[in-house]
Amino acid sequence: MNTGEKTSIPNEVVAPQVEARAATNTILLCAGGACISSGEESCLTSLRATLEKYALQDVVKVVETGCMGMCDAGPLMILYPEGVFYQKLKPSDMELIVSEHLLKGRIVESKLFENPNTKVKITSAYDDHPFFTKQVKIATRNMGIIDPMSIEEYIAHDGYFSLQKVLQEMTPEQVIDTIKRSGLRGRGGAGFPTGLKWELARKVPGNEKYVLCNADEGDPGAFMDRSILEGDPHSVLEAMVIAGYAIGAQKGYIYIRAEYPLAIERLNEGIKQAKAYGLFGENIMGSGFSFDLEIRMGAGAFVCGEETALIESVEGKRGQPRVKPPFPAQKGVWNKPTLNNNVETYANIPTIILKGPEWFASIGTEKSKGTKVFCLAGKIKNTGLVEVPIGITLREIVYDIGGGIPNNKAFKAVQTGGPSGGCIPAQYLDMPIDYESLKTIGTMMGSGGMVFMDEDTCMVDVAKFFLEFSVDESCGKCTPCREGNRVMHEILERITSGEGEEGDIEKLETLGQSIIDSSLCGLGQSSPQPVLSTIRYFRDEYEAHIKEKRCPAKVCRPLIRYQIDESKCVGCTACAKVCPVSAISGEIKKPHTIDPEICTRCGSCIGVCRFGAISRVTPA
Amino acid sequence: MSTENCTECARHETLYHELDAFIEQNSHRPGVLIEVLHKAQSLFGFLPSEVQSFIAKRLDIPESTVFGVVTFYHYFTMKPRGQNQIKVCLGTACYVKGADKVLDRLKEELKVDIEEVTQDGRFSIHEVRCLGACSMAPVVLIGEKDFFGRVTPDEVPKILKKYRG
Amino acid sequence: MAKVKSLEELMKIKEKSLKDLQMRDTEKKGKIVVAMGTCGIAAGAKDTLQAIVSELAENKIDDLSVVQSGCMGLCEVEPTVEVHMEGQSPIIYGHVTPEQAKRIVQQHILGGKVVSDLMVRKGEI
Repeated sequence: MNTGEKTSIPNEVVAPQVEARAATNTILLCAGGACISSGEESCLTSLRATLEKYALQDVVKVVETGCMGMCDAGPLMILYPEGVFYQKLKPSDMELIVSEHLLKGRIVESKLFENPNTKVKITSAYDDHPFFTKQVKIATRNMGIIDPMSIEEYIAHDGYFSLQKVLQEMTPEQVIDTIKRSGLRGRGGAGFPTGLKWELARKVPGNEKYVLCNADEGDPGAFMDRSILEGDPHSVLEAMVIAGYAIGAQKGYIYIRAEYPLAIERLNEGIKQAKAYGLFGENIMGSGFSFDLEIRMGAGAFVCGEETALIESVEGKRGQPRVKPPFPAQKGVWNKPTLNNNVETYANIPTIILKGPEWFASIGTEKSKGTKVFCLAGKIKNTGLVEVPIGITLREIVYDIGGGIPNNKAFKAVQTGGPSGGCIPAQYLDMPIDYESLKTIGTMMGSGGMVFMDEDTCMVDVAKFFLEFSVDESCGKCTPCREGNRVMHEILERITSGEGEEGDIEKLETLGQSIIDSSLCGLGQSSPQPVLSTIRYFRDEYEAHIKEKRCPAKVCRPLIRYQIDESKCVGCTACAKVCPVSAISGEIKKPHTIDPEICTRCGSCIGVCRFGAISRVTPA
Repeated sequence: MSTENCTECARHETLYHELDAFIEQNSHRPGVLIEVLHKAQSLFGFLPSEVQSFIAKRLDIPESTVFGVVTFYHYFTMKPRGQNQIKVCLGTACYVKGADKVLDRLKEELKVDIEEVTQDGRFSIHEVRCLGACSMAPVVLIGEKDFFGRVTPDEVPKILKKYRG
Repeated sequence: MAKVKSLEELMKIKEKSLKDLQMRDTEKKGKIVVAMGTCGIAAGAKDTLQAIVSELAENKIDDLSVVQSGCMGLCEVEPTVEVHMEGQSPIIYGHVTPEQAKRIVQQHILGGKVVSDLMVRKGEI
């Protein structure tokens, strides 16, 4: 091993591992050059003898594998089914491993493999998977580990210790200073420094202030806020009390989507439990400080994720954005000073208080500290939710954590920032992900949704999809957003129907820029981004649609046609049976044909053909 | 609303009572309109103008304000819906993974279009914004809590069967 | 419930809960954790949980607690079930259908053998 960094198992040893799963007990012994030279063979002899001694030779399978890649820790061994990793073995260790591990099921701690970087002992193979090792969990620290309906489990994982520290040992100024020094920035998208926001809210005079939590997670493809609230509601509740103490507010609101009933249920239960322990509500921990909050349900309006629209909606009105200034810190809910942060931002607070701002600031990049939670969805193997240090490259997310693109397809782009963001094409795979660098390539961090696209995704179609969303969600208050997006959508509709004209791309660009320049709120100002960014990186696809009436990804229905390859078709009639409009005809055992006039391009036939005889062709 | 059917009017009366009690309990809280509308929709299934004027009167606000809020938010509807509301997520991840094909199949199986109710009143189909279960795309939600993930068009009949009774 | 007013009182709750979590000094010999976030539920976790509970009841096992947790982030392999038996490292199972859940109870809980083909590990995630 030369770099000292790589600790994951290379692919050469995966195959025997897969085989190992079939047998109940399998021992994999690394027989790479380095392990052999450090004594693997004598270990093997000793292991075999020990197994025989306990009459285990028939139930335990011993397999020698190729190099496991951690040569300086050799000889190495993995024990299945648990996947326990042992290192630096000597023939004399075999007795202990067989008698303790195999017979009694106890892990031999002294021989466990230790990750050289983290000094963490690896007890099983899945701990070593980059899906886990590349992650640093702060906001999602308790998710999937504790029972969200049990405050005791939250306390067992250091919950409410930050609140105790804040209320009994710190002044509000010290709390704000801690958050400022941590370098935490808003995780809702824009990345405004959180400590500064708190300070602004504290400095505005007034004894009636509000703490707001934006849980109106509207970006399609983002679900971290839901997952945090469902998996660890107390972390947000604790942080909101801390925020209330810091800015001098006694009341808060959580504005949450009605689509998240489970999160609402768990929050309500959390509030009830915290109140019973005196950690919420009146006179918290006997400190004299009181804080309570109400949960306000959204009703399905994307624009309510914009802070001033959200405030309108909390007040029970139509969620139309207000003109800024005044900012919410000055005039927010009921025109009182209001602090608004999103769920993930709050979830970071308790750990920052407990572990200190310096610790937090040591993670991430110079300007973007800490971690970010990303939701991986779309055409990626490991869909899910990951928390990684800011500054990690896209390549690491896609290939190490995400496991790559399924079905051996090529990575085409990833859409970040939802309907307000843009696409990142393959040429930026090695760019570090942080607030600043994403902005330079025309997208944004946004809430952290990442929807992956492969070669079968048409970028013009995707841009149209987002624009449809923005048209639908425009609140209608200002003209550029309401009318401008509609016109852009019409142009895209034409292009994808094969009726695009020369000059359409330029029209989209000018119009998009004017919408950005003249819209009132964040929704309008960012709505043309998906179109502009796809034009920027995939202009050739737009041109193919317009000039050649061709959809390179073979998605846009009016530009494609289905055809049967006569040499492959055996006439099984499966496609003809499944066709909803009877566009396929032919005799049994003879090649079939598709009538393009009748065909609706639904694609049902491709799915049922077992001979790969049906394909899409473009232009139609 | 039919008045000749008396079990129906009795049912409505209890619903209005329940709504009234909810308003009574909560009207002291400022800005409670959206929550009242949520409650009303969960009781009546939709928000016909009679219900809206009832709420306006009880909260002492103009009917136009109530109407303005109802029409602003997608979640609120003035049209009746089926007993089982089938919500097909059309978020990005679901879209990329073929939610449109699932939607087509649903329409075909139930012989209704989006926002329409089947003849027997059992089902209605709705497009919804991202449900936040993107890792399970494509996702279909029936009612409030029955999530179905990684749905393929061919699974549609099987899912529907569970609700056909 | 007594209100918490000091660090010491908070510490006491922590220690007691940790004991419960590690199953020390309790009658429970282990616990089964089912991830019940929306993603888990969408993948069928409700049925899986039901199957575990009924299979345990059928075999008259009452010294195991069945608890729920949120999303582990491993949505791809939902429904996930974590089996944590006293003195053993926890095993995470993925794609657990009700049938597989029964197998886990039979083979792992009753038989003491890890159901290796259901374990979440490299190559699958």
